[in-house]
Amino acid sequence: MLRNVIIIGSGPAGLTAALYTSRANLQPLVVEGLEAGGQLMLTTMVENWPGHKDGVMGPDLMMEMREQAQRFGAEIVRGNVTAVDLSSTPFKVRTADAEYLARALIIATGASARLLGLPSERKLMGHGVSTCATCDGYFFRGKPIAVIGGGDSAMEEAIFLTKFASHVTVVHRRDALRASKIMQDKAFANPKISFEWNTEVDDVKDTAAGVVTTIVLHNNKTGERKELPVEGVFVAIGHDPNTSLFKGQLEMDPNGYVITHAGTRTSVPAVFACGDVQDHIYRQAVTAAGSGCMAAIDAEKYLEGVPQHIGEAVQAGQAVQAAE
Amino acid sequence: MASEKVQTLTDSNFDQSVINSANPVLVDFWAEWCGPCRRLAPTVDELATDYDGRITVGKLNVDDNPNVAFRYSIRGIPTLLLFKGGQIVEQVVGLADKDSLKKLIDKHV
Repeated sequence: MLRNVIIIGSGPAGLTAALYTSRANLQPLVVEGLEAGGQLMLTTMVENWPGHKDGVMGPDLMMEMREQAQRFGAEIVRGNVTAVDLSSTPFKVRTADAEYLARALIIATGASARLLGLPSERKLMGHGVSTCATCDGYFFRGKPIAVIGGGDSAMEEAIFLTKFASHVTVVHRRDALRASKIMQDKAFANPKISFEWNTEVDDVKDTAAGVVTTIVLHNNKTGERKELPVEGVFVAIGHDPNTSLFKGQLEMDPNGYVITHAGTRTSVPAVFACGDVQDHIYRQAVTAAGSGCMAAIDAEKYLEGVPQHIGEAVQAGQAVQAAE
Repeated sequence: MASEKVQTLTDSNFDQSVINSANPVLVDFWAEWCGPCRRLAPTVDELATDYDGRITVGKLNVDDNPNVAFRYSIRGIPTLLLFKGGQIVEQVVGLADKDSLKKLIDKHV
């Protein structure tokens, strides 16, 4: 069935785009994705969403956004987009169960946790290595753990984990955090958190035993190596944009972020991108939501200029095909 | 809540229901406070229906049943373990889509 607009992703960007496109009577279809709700589903209290003055739980905020979009008619389906074909319109969007067609596409696939890339990290994932403090902190009650990273996510995880762990060591490869001032101050003030500066992780032991017992570190300034006994390692070193679906079809920067211009326009007319998938600078829920609104308005304006018949080839901004 | 085809596994019934099971058993380790676990739940329900009679599907709440979780060094959830003949033949940590899970299960039925 041909849709006016399909939105891929259901984080703040996707759901705000869904809200605006549904209020514009475009009857949008949202394909949720595997990590439905986006990164805020993995956090606890969100203190910096403007309008919720006393803070709001991440999953609760996403539930509100979802219900709000649905209230205006957005159709949200469970499913993971496995392939897209942007070479011609209508665009094809494929999941395991269905193939959809769209006149316009809004990409809001966000970003996923980056890993260190160590084989031991992969082997011990779920056995002491984790990327989700709210999911797994429970397993480390009274145990010493390490959090790898220096940004806001790392600080948030470290502070959260002090509720469970006996001690949290933050391992950061530089000598200063890139986290916001307020998060840094909170972390520095917490007596259960200590820091290993200019330090990188070489290995996670013990793969033979099947559980985390130690991490092997080296100081990148002094070269000193040491082993830190920990039972858990939380990797919080940043996120990579979820753009593998669009390789070779959309222009991306060297780090895989979709390039947008004139708002949320991508290198393909009628394809718009919003949220973390195209933002490596701000990456906040509120900026994602803002760009989701922009994408909806860009898509709406685009559709207003497009002929309604499927067979017509002329697209606003696209070069006219050479005559046969 | 979980479909009736999904068994509730506990520290007490684990050996009987999983280790000694004639069929392969897919065990979903989960907890209330784990968002991604709740996200995976409908997929697990669907797998129970799709593979009814060929595999058994069970859920184990790690909060209530720490012993089994400890036995298999589970320190992260959601974790799915596929048991066959009392041995772990497949392991998936974190969210997974239904298609990939079906591919894993199909190797053993």
